[in-house]
Amino acid sequence: MHPAYSIIFFTVSSGAGFGVLAALGLAAFLGLTPQGGLYWAGFVIGFGLSMAGLVSSTFHLGHPERAWRALSQWRSSWLSREGVLAIVALALAGAFALSLLMGGQGRLLGLLTAAFSLITVYSTSMIYAQLKTVQRWCQPLTPVVFLCFSLAGGALIYAFLAQVFAGGAGLLPTVAALLVFLAWGAKLGWWRRGDTAPVLSTPESATGLGAMGKVRMLEAPHTGGNYLLKEMGHKIGRKHQAKLRQIALVLGGIVPVFATLFASWGLWPGLFLLLAVLAFLGGLLAERWLFFAEAEHSVMTYYTRA
Amino acid sequence: MTSLPASTGVKLGLVIDLDTCVGCHACVISCKEWNTGGYGSALADADAYGDAPLGAFLNRVHTFEVKPEEGPAAVVHFPKSCLHCDDAPCVTVCPTGASYKRVEDGIVLVNEDACIGCGLCAWACPYGAREMDPVEKVMKKCTLCVDRIYNENIVEEDRIPSCVRTCPAGARHFGDLNDPASAVSELVAARGGFDLMPEQGTGPVNKYLPPRPRTPEPVPHLPDLADLAADARETRAEGFFGWLDRALERL
Repeated sequence: MHPAYSIIFFTVSSGAGFGVLAALGLAAFLGLTPQGGLYWAGFVIGFGLSMAGLVSSTFHLGHPERAWRALSQWRSSWLSREGVLAIVALALAGAFALSLLMGGQGRLLGLLTAAFSLITVYSTSMIYAQLKTVQRWCQPLTPVVFLCFSLAGGALIYAFLAQVFAGGAGLLPTVAALLVFLAWGAKLGWWRRGDTAPVLSTPESATGLGAMGKVRMLEAPHTGGNYLLKEMGHKIGRKHQAKLRQIALVLGGIVPVFATLFASWGLWPGLFLLLAVLAFLGGLLAERWLFFAEAEHSVMTYYTRA
Repeated sequence: MTSLPASTGVKLGLVIDLDTCVGCHACVISCKEWNTGGYGSALADADAYGDAPLGAFLNRVHTFEVKPEEGPAAVVHFPKSCLHCDDAPCVTVCPTGASYKRVEDGIVLVNEDACIGCGLCAWACPYGAREMDPVEKVMKKCTLCVDRIYNENIVEEDRIPSCVRTCPAGARHFGDLNDPASAVSELVAARGGFDLMPEQGTGPVNKYLPPRPRTPEPVPHLPDLADLAADARETRAEGFFGWLDRALERL
């Protein structure tokens, strides 16, 4: 599948942003009300990342001016649900932020903000996980991976902010390291499943000619390019698959885990937590680029020359 | 609403005969021509006369080689357009309601004024039946020539999809596949019509008829044409040219 920059940025940024909002909400629910610099930086980053992601997602549309129409089909469409839920989550987060500002504890609103932030991330993942045509995406681990990365990103950023503004992150770096570890565990399982699952559609099933023999394309239906090949025939990513997976795992997994552990041992905690956050987000951009680039669509069975 | 109708009374669709199709692409061109002037915005091309032309088509003809375990391979021309699926995944993923399946005849259409051009329906279609218009930036797909088949301003024999009307080989058939007595349903039953990618669970309405099996030995004991040619060459010339030939050889 074609890795569109706007969609890669959207899923990474809004995933991390809703992760931060969920962390703020959960902190308040547990009675650890975010205050002062932590409050302001937390909400600015949480709203900033999630909204920047959502705005970016409209950049790949043919008609962004009609984007509001996408809120209408929540009964059947995950993309529509994602839009509606994002607005609900952001509205709840706004009410939550306001209630904290007015001196409230924000326990219930915090819990609701966290819940709807995570449901939004879940519905983002379901836009991809629902597609039977892209076998690598259509597996139960896809939402798990998206949710774990969102939680891990939120925990990392929240730990860094707590270190800088609240004078210490306490157990947060350890929790974040654990979540990063879990997320990459899920991701490795997701890769393994995607690499080993038997192929659902073949040139034989696509043409119905399997009974006659082995099918391959002799002549393409056109001499030029077409939308399908541009959108679903992307091959560059798969060429560097192994290298990109290593880059994603080292940047997004190994560096953040070690950096947060150093931080939790009191070794330049601010610096190492910042390193963890930046490496994690960088690794996630590589991971998300691959998420699209290495996914193969069933329509390509009609273009198989081998 | 992008929820699918529970059932449609009529299921209009195409039956494509892979035994008859000669791969001339006339259906592709007639489809492009009709749909550029008909329903919705023009079916556009980008850089049509440049180095990298790219256009939207609703119907394309692939050509496949089918190689059995033993014996020579077969060449099969394979027209492909929207299959107007019963369980169309392209419709349910649409966030705006622009994609819909008609209750009255089962045709899957796009309301271009409501389409935001997100492309998710093209990702959801396993067959590659939907293409983004490179100029209008809305999704295009086969309409089963909805602006022909009910059109009382054209003569009755033209009230079938453009591709069916054009096919010079008679490889394309149009009708109600929900009616077991219709000509298309009888054709499907007689020839063993099949679905494309049944494993995707889309329930396509369009059916494909398989190529008929080859005649095992078309002409028994065909004389070797190379031998016949050799005999002809060996024939001796008579008369004046015969004398000339012999005289020159002796020289």
